Amino acid sequence: MTDLLLASLFHQNLALTSFLGICTFLAVSQRFETAFGLGMAVIVVQTVTVPINNLIFNGFLQDGAWGWLGLADVDLSFLKLIAFIGTIAAVVQVLEMFLDRYVPPLYRALGIFLPLITVNCAILGGSLFMVERQYDFAESVVFGFGSGAGWALAIIAFAAIRERLEYSDMPRGLQGLGSAFLVTGLMSLGFAAFARVGL
Amino acid sequence: MNATLRYLTEPLIANNPVTLQILGICSALAVTTTLQTALVMSGALTAVLVLSSATISLMRNHIPNAIRLIVQIVVIATLVVVADELLQAFAFEVSRQLSIFVGLIVTNCLVLGRAEAFATRNPIWPSVLDALGNGLGYSLVLIIVGTIREVLGTGSLLGYTLLLPRAEGGWFEPLSLMQLAPSGFFIIALLIWAIRSVRVEQIEKPQHQLSRSEVEQ
Repeated sequence: MTDLLLASLFHQNLALTSFLGICTFLAVSQRFETAFGLGMAVIVVQTVTVPINNLIFNGFLQDGAWGWLGLADVDLSFLKLIAFIGTIAAVVQVLEMFLDRYVPPLYRALGIFLPLITVNCAILGGSLFMVERQYDFAESVVFGFGSGAGWALAIIAFAAIRERLEYSDMPRGLQGLGSAFLVTGLMSLGFAAFARVGL
Repeated sequence: MNATLRYLTEPLIANNPVTLQILGICSALAVTTTLQTALVMSGALTAVLVLSSATISLMRNHIPNAIRLIVQIVVIATLVVVADELLQAFAFEVSRQLSIFVGLIVTNCLVLGRAEAFATRNPIWPSVLDALGNGLGYSLVLIIVGTIREVLGTGSLLGYTLLLPRAEGGWFEPLSLMQLAPSGFFIIALLIWAIRSVRVEQIEKPQHQLSRSEVEQ
């Protein structure tokens, strides 16, 4: 479990080694505060959706999941994409209403980022990896939290670097997007090195 | 006719989805370790993009504004499921290598982005051309990156040996970095630099600038 947590945080980092959520990663990292807000929202949504999708997949979609009804050959796993994206959209919506009602300060902080998360491929990717690697429920909780936190860590660090980068003297063609790609590449090298260190 | 054709040619380089619009980058990086996976992914994405733009453009006058995102996602997800099943049926090996990335076309911001930005407001014919142009622009980047990474990383391309590796008596030492994640970022960064050296109008204005006194210190 600790291994899984550390792996999903560092050397299997969703953003930097699996390239998930890179569009948002590059687009919403101009400022440190917004990156921090988005990172927190990803942690929350990822920790909730991966276990829920795990239950849905094992309970309804897996090959043979309907065996107790006498429908042993029904394999609905091709529906997993639609089911997962629906769950994610629903969870985001519910979370938004819940935060609005009970934790208004957090809602104001995360507000605009929550809808964005529905189409963040790190969230859907996390659930798909959970199916591909056949995590059980406890593992999916750990993996959901770890991968969300890893993504947040990456975008927060990247935003901090990028704020500094604004003042550097770049070749003109590399300004903005080009330099952002280069820095992400260097960070990705750094995170890949965690695999060798054997945290 | 020229005006319509511009929808097709514009996104190739002048308004490329990957290097300028920041759309669909995740998969552009992840599936480009070999040219074969890059080609299959380009095909799958272009097909889904064209079909979803056509469908959404046909339905554009019937979708209530409040639920349009959900409708778009359902249309895209259905097409992606079909593409995924087809790949598993006819190209199982490649589909294995692409792993979850075919499924991730659902949340590929390129597909949703074009649907939302273009297909909801335009008739079917321009929408199809725009989708095809963006798909091809995306494919172009994938093919360039995939070729560079496969040739420099393994010395071969689509199974043909171009640079004989040292292990087989040649001179070429495969750069294993090219097969790892970071090289994708570096190659796209250099690609952006190359495009912007020619097309100067794409260069982003710096948001802050040091005053001369600070530079001279």
